This record gives sequence, structure tokens and C-alpha cells, in this order.
Amino acid sequence: MNPLITLSILQYSVAQFIPGGDWIIQLIFYLFFFIFILYGQKIQMYVMIREVQGSLYRLKYIRDEGRKITIETINEIGKPQSDPTPRVDRFLEYFTISPQSLDPAGIVWKLEHILNIRDARFKDEVKLMAPSADKTQARNLENTLEAAMALNYIYKIIRHFYLLGKKTLSLYVIMQLQMVLPLVMREAEAYASALKAFAYGQPIGDGAGALVAASLMHGHETRKLPEDCVVATVQMEGRTAFVIKAEGPGGNVGKPGDAIKTIIEENEGKIANIIMIDAALKLEGEPVGEVAEGVGAAIGGPGVDQFKIEEAILKHRIPINAVIIREDVGDAVSPMRKEIFDAVDKAIERIKQVILEKTKEGDKVIIAGIGNTIGIGQ
Amino acid sequence: MQEASPDRTRVSPYIWLLVIITVAVSLILLLLALQEITSDTKDETLATYLLLAGAVLLGSAAYAMIQTRKRVFRAKIESHPIMTTIECKKCGFKSTREFQRGDYIFKESEKCQKCGNPTIIAAIYREVKEKEKERFTS
Repeated sequence: MNPLITLSILQYSVAQFIPGGDWIIQLIFYLFFFIFILYGQKIQMYVMIREVQGSLYRLKYIRDEGRKITIETINEIGKPQSDPTPRVDRFLEYFTISPQSLDPAGIVWKLEHILNIRDARFKDEVKLMAPSADKTQARNLENTLEAAMALNYIYKIIRHFYLLGKKTLSLYVIMQLQMVLPLVMREAEAYASALKAFAYGQPIGDGAGALVAASLMHGHETRKLPEDCVVATVQMEGRTAFVIKAEGPGGNVGKPGDAIKTIIEENEGKIANIIMIDAALKLEGEPVGEVAEGVGAAIGGPGVDQFKIEEAILKHRIPINAVIIREDVGDAVSPMRKEIFDAVDKAIERIKQVILEKTKEGDKVIIAGIGNTIGIGQ
Repeated sequence: MQEASPDRTRVSPYIWLLVIITVAVSLILLLLALQEITSDTKDETLATYLLLAGAVLLGSAAYAMIQTRKRVFRAKIESHPIMTTIECKKCGFKSTREFQRGDYIFKESEKCQKCGNPTIIAAIYREVKEKEKERFTS
């Protein structure tokens, strides 16, 4: 109902029962009118600031819980001689500067170099923090620390814009923050559940591709490939399949780019087809665990591995197919949902179908299961 | 990860003080209204004003408390039980238990309850109950 009509009705009702009520309501009406005319935007801004503040409290809670879980896990698994808290706090502020892209030629190799340094530094830090952790546990701890770092970063960014908006009283800074907050909160909550999964070594949704490869190579002999990957030679539908995945069960994505390149070179480029399986972000409305098929290198991350795969297949003109398992961002980093687990069989069926349709008997194919192999053996 | 953080569960003492004062004032106003209605020199106008003010204040205090409780309730991180399915390689017997640290898919597990042969961890997953069926899913 129109607020003015409501006010008129109220005015009439009050005037009926309270002598002088008519005058009071008129005064209230004009008071509200002028307050909203002069301070409407400020009131709206304060409401938004309060909303952002509420989310910021929640982000702080998530961040603190993440830090607590990380320290507890390090103490439990790593059995350090001294308190790891200061080292963890220092580590949470760790940053990586991406290479200069003014002259983009050769940037992939520069990026790869920076990422290698970062990985090596992470491994060294974890070794110092948790000297008793074995290889699998150390990898899980690296992942746990990365999730804690991500939560710390999200909290600090949102806090920065919240304080900036409050300081400048800029409606547009606060408005942008308030608009993007639901998505940021979703991501933060996803990282929060990832943290526990990493700390306990539970398989996550992102490992769907690795699980498909693990299911195909289970029971077959495996050998190591550079970097942190394994390969098994499996006979499928009369073809020789080189099934590749990151080495599990520790939290690890490996370097599938290098692994695929090695297999191609070992076989002098005589590979009839490459099939990549990975978890992919679903759109709202699409069911979790839906399997879809396409072409191209199905791999996420900073892009170094995708670049290497594309370079290798271009050199030898190898066709590449992709099978994806759809899930949302929360499912990708939290413990694997049953729907995703159940999608593994469907993905294997699709792979067999692609092999039958796109290759001949006696051909060699590469099947690469991409993703974090935490909690998945081979 | 289910517990709420102590920072968020503790309601600010200022809010508590404000709520207590508001409730006290509203109760006084309501009592005065009651007194006015039951007195011999009944002033209905004054009683209405007092009743209205008392109700509004009491309502505001209740609203403030509900809002605070709501925020405390939301300060939790949801976690779902993670299940591990163990399968016998020989007889195919399957059993499910809660996830234990150190479990991973394809890990050799305890002996089969049925045939005594070695078993493997065949699955580790979490089950999520969908809150409601979304429209436009197909």
C-alpha cells in the first residue's frame, strides 16, 4: 500500500481516539519526510555498513577457526619442538608476486619458475613446522596452510574495503562491497570446509578427475612421472591407455603438463588421442555430478600446465578430448559429495565411448585425471 | 568446527544494558497504564499513550535480542559426516563407517567380516541432503 495512504488512514484512526492526534501524525509525517530527504542516503549507507560488519565478523570467525585448526593439526601430526604459532602467523602473510606482463613473450616460463620457488618454499616451511610429518601428511599440511592463507587474505581484503568505506563514507565503496559479499562469503565458507578436509586428508570434489584415473589404474603397476605424477599402462577396449594422475594420497595436483609431455615424447608423438578428466564449475541450476564432454585441455590452475599440454599436442597434432564432472565452488574444495563419487562410473563410460569412437584398435591413448588427489590412492 | 566462537557468542555488555533499561522502562509504563485503567479517576487517553509506549519499547527490546541471537546462531561452520565404505575384493561385502584419520580411497583395510579376506576402502564421501528441489533444474 502507498505509504501516504497508510499515513492518512493512521492519521484518521489516531484522530478518532486521541484528541490532537491529527496534529501529532502530521508532525511525524513532515519529520520523516525531511529526515529521509536529507539523510536518506546516509541511513541507507549505515544499514549497508552494518550488513557488511556482520559478514566481516563471520569472516573473522572463519579465519580464526582456520588458523586454530591449522595450528592444532601441525601440533598433532608434526610434533614440533617449539610452538608453531608464530611461524604459522608469519606464513599466513606470505605472498607471491606474479611476473611482469608488459612484454608477454615467455611469461609462462617466468610464472612457472616463480610457482616452483613458491612450492619449494612451502615445502621447506612445512618441514620446519612439522618435522615428524611423513610425505603424505606434509602435503596435506601444505594444503591446509594454503586454505588458511586464502581465508586470511579474504578477511583482510573485505576488512580493507569496509574500513575504507567507513573512513571515506563513500556510498559506492560500501555498495560494491555489499553487492559482492554473498559470493565472497560462499567462497570463504568453501575454504573453511576445505581446511578440515585437508587437515584430515579427506578426498575433495576437485579430486573427481584424479579419482576417475585412480579407478582405471587400480590394480595395475604404476611408475612415477615428473612432476609428482604417476602413470599406469592399462589395456582398454583393445587400446593401450596411459593413465596419468597426481601421486596420492597426499594433497597434490602434480604437474600434469610435464607428465603428458613425457609420455608423448616417450612414444615419439604416436598418441592417437588424449582424454582429460577434470572437475568443472557448474552453473546454478545444473545438477552436481553431471558428466559432460567436449574438446580442449580440461585443466585449471595458473595456466602453465594447460600451455604445456597445448604446445605438446600442437607439435604432434594430437586430438584432445575432455570429460568434465560438474560441481560448484563449494563442492570443489569441500569433502567429496556422494553425487560426485557416483559420477565416476558415468565418466569412465564416457571415456570408453570416446576411445571407441575416436581411436582404432591397437592405438595408444593418454587418459589424464586432473585435480587434487588428497585422500585418493592409486 | 561446530562451536561458535567465544567473541561472537558474547553479546556486548552495552547491548545488554540497553535491553535491560528498555525492558525496565517498558514494564514501568505498562504498570502505569494498568494503574491508570483500574484507578477511579480513569484517564483513557493517558492509559492509551502509556500502553502504546510500553508495548513499543518491549517490542524493540525483543527485536534487539532476536537479532543478537540470530547472529550468534549464524556464527558456525557447517560440517557433514564423512563416510568410508569398505569393500571386500573377493566376496564384494560392503560396510560403511565414519571416516577415520589416515583413511584414503584404495587403501588396504581390515579383514572382511564375512570371508576374512583383505578389504579396500572403496569410497569416502559426504552425503548432503538437498534443502528443497530447485526449479528449472532440467
